[in-house]
Amino acid sequence: MEKELKVAALRNGTVIDHIPADKLFQVVSILQLKNTNYPITIGNNLESKHIGTKGIIKIADRILSEDETGKIALVAPNATINIIGEYKVIEKRPLVPADEVHDLVYCANPVCITNHQPVPTNFYVLKDNGHVKLKCRYCEREFLREEIKLKKK
Amino acid sequence: MHKSLVSITDYSKQEILSILESARDFEVNPNRKTLDGKVIATLFFEPSTRTRLSFETAVVRLGGSIIGFSDAATSSSSKGETLNDTIHMVSCYADAIVMRHPLEGAARYAAEVSPVPIINAGDGANQHPSQTLLDLYSILKTQGTLENLTICLVGDLKYGRTVHSLIQAMSHFNPSFKFIAPDELRLPDEYRVFCRRNGIPFTEASELNDNFNDADILYMTRVQKERFLDQIEYERVKNVYTLGNDMLSGSKPNLKSLHPLPRVNEISMDVDKNEKAYYFQQAQNGLYVRQAIVSKVLELID
Ligand SMILES: [Zn+2]
Repeated sequence: MEKELKVAALRNGTVIDHIPADKLFQVVSILQLKNTNYPITIGNNLESKHIGTKGIIKIADRILSEDETGKIALVAPNATINIIGEYKVIEKRPLVPADEVHDLVYCANPVCITNHQPVPTNFYVLKDNGHVKLKCRYCEREFLREEIKLKKK
Repeated sequence: MHKSLVSITDYSKQEILSILESARDFEVNPNRKTLDGKVIATLFFEPSTRTRLSFETAVVRLGGSIIGFSDAATSSSSKGETLNDTIHMVSCYADAIVMRHPLEGAARYAAEVSPVPIINAGDGANQHPSQTLLDLYSILKTQGTLENLTICLVGDLKYGRTVHSLIQAMSHFNPSFKFIAPDELRLPDEYRVFCRRNGIPFTEASELNDNFNDADILYMTRVQKERFLDQIEYERVKNVYTLGNDMLSGSKPNLKSLHPLPRVNEISMDVDKNEKAYYFQQAQNGLYVRQAIVSKVLELID
C-alpha cells in the first residue's frame, strides 16, 4: 500500500515522503503549493513503520530546486525526496539545510527589529555537531530549529 | 560601500588594534579640527545620557557639529515613522549617524538601508561596540598588552551584553576567563560553546570571594533587580557580588577593576581610592575610543 502511494501514479515529478504528520502543512507552505497549477497529491496521517504517522506530497512534472529542498531540510530533516522520471526514481535528493534563509521564518526574539518593523527576516544556518541552529542576521540570537515559526505566505 | 560599526564582530583583530592605536593618539591630543564641516547625527530612540554625551563630546572636540534627539518622545518615530524613513531623512543632513535603539538588530538594519555610516551605540541587549572597544583600550592601557591575560567576569553574565561582546573581542588575544555569576545569571550556553570552539580555557564559580586572585582584570557588571523572579534571592546575590576594598588585598599587583557604569552596589565606595580601581578612567577612555571610531567610519583614518 505504502509503495503504491509513493510512486505508482507519478510519471515525472517529485515525491516528498516520510514528512512527520505535524510538519506536513509547513512543507506545503514552503513549497507554496496553495498557488500551484501542477497536479499535486497530498496525504497525511498515514501509517509509518519509522515515525508513527507521516505525510507525503507528490508533485507531477515539477522538480524541486536545491533552494527548496534546503528549506524543507529545516523543518523535516528526515524526510526523503525522490525525483521521478518515467515512473522510476532518477535522483535521491539529500536534505542539506540551506546556508541562509530569507524571509521564511519569524525571529523568535520578541524584541528583534524584524518583529516590530517591516523588515524581512534573514537567518544564517549554523551546523554544529548535527544540531542545526539559525542565527538572526539582525538581533544575532541563535535558535534551535524547533523554536522557529514559519511565516505565513 | 560605507563602513558602519554595528557589532564588534564586524572588526578583525587588525582593525581592533588600529582603532586602539588611534585612540592612543587622540588621548595625546583630543582637540583637533579633523571633523570641521562635518555633521554627525545622534539618534537616541531610548535615553542614554552617558553614551550620548561621550559621542557628542568626541565629535565637538574634533570640530564637528551635532544634530539629533535624545529620546524617542521627541523623535518622528513617536508619530509612527519607520526606522527606514527616519534614517533616510537624517542621512540627507548628516555625514554619519550614531544610533541607540531599544530593539535588537535595529543597528544592523539601519546600516543596510542607510546611505551614510551607522555607529551602533547600543541596540537593546544585543551589541554596544564602542563600549567593548573602550573596555579593550582600558585593558591594553593598564596591562600594556591584550595577549595572554586572565580576565574575571562577574555579575550578570546572562543578559550582560558588555560581557558577551568582550568575550568575542578578547578571543583574538589568547585569553583565559573566569566566569563568576549566580546560577540564575550564568553565562549562556552559546558563549561556553564559543570558548570551547576557540580553544579558550575558562572556569566557572558562583561566589566572588577571592576567586579572582590570579586575574589581571576584574570586570564587574551590574546585577539588576528586575532579572530576578525571586526578590529574596536578589537580596542574597546582591550582597555576595559586592566588591569591597579588603577583598583586593590578595590580588595581583597589576590587577585593575573595570565596570561599564553606572554601578549600583557591585563595588563599594571604599574601593574608589584603591589604585586597582579603574572604572572612572575607563569611562574617560571612551572619549578617545569614540573619536577613533567616528574618524574611522568617515574614513579619516585607516
Ligand atoms: Zn532577530
